[in-house]
Amino acid sequence: MRGSILGAAVALALATGAASAAEGPKLVAQDWSFDGIFGTYDRAALRRGLQVHQEVCASCHGLKLVAYRNLGAVGFSADEIKAIAAEFEVTDGPNNDGDMFTRPARPADRFASPFANAQAARAANNGALPPDLSVITKARKGGGDYIYALMSGYLEEPPADFELADGMYYNKVFPGHQIAMSPPLGDDAVEYTDGTQATTAQMAKDVTTFLVWAAEPEMEERKRLGIKVMLFLLVLTGLLYALKRKIWSDLH
Amino acid sequence: MTTPTWTNPIVKWIDYRLPIFTFTQHHLVEYPTPKNLNYWWNFGSLAGIMLVIMVATGIFLAMSYTPHVDHAFDSVERIMRDVNYGWLLRYLHMNGGSIFFIAVYVHVFRGLYYGSYKAPREILWMIGVLILFAMMATAFTGYVLPWGQMSFWAATVITNLFTAVPLVGEAIVNWLWGGFAVGNPTLNRFFSFHYLLPFIIFALVFVHLWALHVHKSNNPIGVDMQGPQDSIPFHPYYTIKDAFGLGVLLLVYLSFVFFAPNFFLEPDNYIEANPLQTPPHIVPEWYLMPFYAILRAFTADFLWIPAKVLGVIGMFASVGVLFILPWLDTSKVRSARFRPIFKQVFWLFFADCLVLGYVGANPPEGYFIPLGQLATAYYFLHFLVVMPVLGIMEKPRPVPDSISAAVISGKEDT
Repeated sequence: MRGSILGAAVALALATGAASAAEGPKLVAQDWSFDGIFGTYDRAALRRGLQVHQEVCASCHGLKLVAYRNLGAVGFSADEIKAIAAEFEVTDGPNNDGDMFTRPARPADRFASPFANAQAARAANNGALPPDLSVITKARKGGGDYIYALMSGYLEEPPADFELADGMYYNKVFPGHQIAMSPPLGDDAVEYTDGTQATTAQMAKDVTTFLVWAAEPEMEERKRLGIKVMLFLLVLTGLLYALKRKIWSDLH
Repeated sequence: MTTPTWTNPIVKWIDYRLPIFTFTQHHLVEYPTPKNLNYWWNFGSLAGIMLVIMVATGIFLAMSYTPHVDHAFDSVERIMRDVNYGWLLRYLHMNGGSIFFIAVYVHVFRGLYYGSYKAPREILWMIGVLILFAMMATAFTGYVLPWGQMSFWAATVITNLFTAVPLVGEAIVNWLWGGFAVGNPTLNRFFSFHYLLPFIIFALVFVHLWALHVHKSNNPIGVDMQGPQDSIPFHPYYTIKDAFGLGVLLLVYLSFVFFAPNFFLEPDNYIEANPLQTPPHIVPEWYLMPFYAILRAFTADFLWIPAKVLGVIGMFASVGVLFILPWLDTSKVRSARFRPIFKQVFWLFFADCLVLGYVGANPPEGYFIPLGQLATAYYFLHFLVVMPVLGIMEKPRPVPDSISAAVISGKEDT
C-alpha cells in the first residue's frame, strides 16, 4: 500500500509535473521605488503600506518573521515602535506559577499572528489557509508585480464560461483564477494619516512596497554594499589585467 | 626541476624537515605550464576557488542553521535577518552553487573540446567525473536544507528513484529516509552529508591535481610540451592570469549576489515545505535539469524493465559514460582544432545539452516529451557511436610538431 502511494507520487511528479499549472495573464511590470541597483524603499509608501497591512491584511495574515523593532528601518522612532507593538497582545510564559499569560507586545516581539495555529486559521476562513506574508513577494513568480496584480485583479463577475465554487472569488492573476480571499481592498478601505487618497491602486501599491520590504529588509544595505564592491572589483580587475599584459609582454 | 637552496635559516630548517617550501617552488612557482593556454584554462582554478568560497560560507551558515523540519525554514530566514551579514553569507552560498557549476561545466566542455581526457590523462579525467558526481550529491542535499516546497519535493522525487532498485528498492529508500517518508531524520542526515561531501570533494581535487602535475596541462593544440621552449613557469604567468580571471568571475558572481540574489532560485522554495501539497511543477536547480530531462525521457517499459528503472539508469549513465570516454574516442588527435568534423559535432553536442536543460525545466507534456527523448537519444549516440566512428573515419588536419612551432607559425590563435 505504502509502496503504491509512493510509486504514484513519483509517477505523478515524473510524468505529469506541471500539467495542472494554470498560467495567469502576463504581469504588468510596475514602476517601483525599489527597482534597479540604486532602488530604495519609498519611506512614505512603506508607512502607508504598514497601515494597510495592519488594518486590512493582518486580520487574516501573519507576518511572523518580521519583528516590530524592524520598523526602525521604515523610519519609525523607538517610541512609535513601542506604541505600535503595544497595540497587540502576545502570549508569554510560563510564569513562576506555571501559567501562560498574555501581555502587550514589545519591540523585540515578532508581528503577532491573527490565529493561534493553522487549524484555527482554516476554521475561521471557510477552510482556506491565509499564507504568512513574511516572504510572500519572494515566494511568487513576479514578486511585487504579482502581489500588486493580485490585489487589483478581482472581477465582480467571472467570465460567463467560468464555474466559480461557493464562497470563492474570481481573480485574473491567481493560478486557476479561483481564490478564497475576498477582494481585500476597496476605495477608502483605510484612511491614510498622511492625507493620500486611498484608491485601490494606491493601497495595492503601498502594501506591496511594504511586503517587498518585509521579505527583503536587507535590500538597501545589499545594494549599497554591492555598488561599492563592484566599483572596487572593476578597478582591481582592471589593474590585474594591466599587470597581466605587462608580465606577459616579455613572451611576445 | 632542481632542488632550490634556501638561504633564510628558518626556511632552511623547516624545509629540511618538511619540504613545503620546495614543494611550493616546484608545484606553484616553477611548475612548467604550456605557454599557449587560452582563457578556457582559467576555469579549473576558478572552480577550485568556488569550492573554497562554498566551504567557507557554508561553515558559517551551519553555525546558525537548524536542521529540524519545524525550524529549518525559519532559521534560514533568521540568518537573512538577524545574523550580521547573514544575508550576504547565504546569498554568496546560494548563488555560489550556480557559479561553481558554471565554472565546472565550462571546465568539462573545455576538456571535451581539446581532448584533455586522452592518454595519458585518463585517470585525471575520471577523478574529475567523480568530483562532478560528488558535486551533484552535495548540491542536491544542500537544496533540501532550507526546507522549502522544492526542497521537500525534490528530496521526495529523487530519493524515490531508489525504489527502482530490484527487490531491495523500498528497503533502501526507507533506510535513506530514516522513516517511511521524507521527514526529520532525512533532513538531519542530508545536513550531515552536505557537510561531509565537500571535504570528500577537497580530497578528490587533491588527487585530481596530483594526477595533473604528473603529465601537466593539456593545451589548445593538444601536443604535449617537449621541453623548456614550450613551457613557462606557473608563477608569475598563470598566477596573474588566474587572478585576472578571478576578478572577472567575481564581477559576474557578485552582481547576482548583490543585485539579483534570487535569480537562480525557484520562488516555490520560499514556501515552507508542506508534505500534503504537491507543487504543480517540481524542478531541480538549473544545473541538474539536463539530467532530469534524461530521467524523464524514458516513458515506456522495455522488455521486463520498467520505464522508471530505465530513466534512473539513463540518468546515472549520462554522467557515467564520461568515465569511458577516453576509450570511446578513437581519434589519435586531441584538439578539436585539428578535427574539422569533430569540431562541429562538439557544438552539436553542446546544443543538445542546452536542449536537454530546456526540456528539463519544462513540464513533461506536449512536444517536450519527444524533444526530450530525441535529445536524450542523441546524447548517448554522441558518446557511444559518433565518438568511436568519427575517430576512425575523420581525416584530421596536420598537427604542429610542437607548441613553439605552432606559436611561431601563428597557429596558436586560430
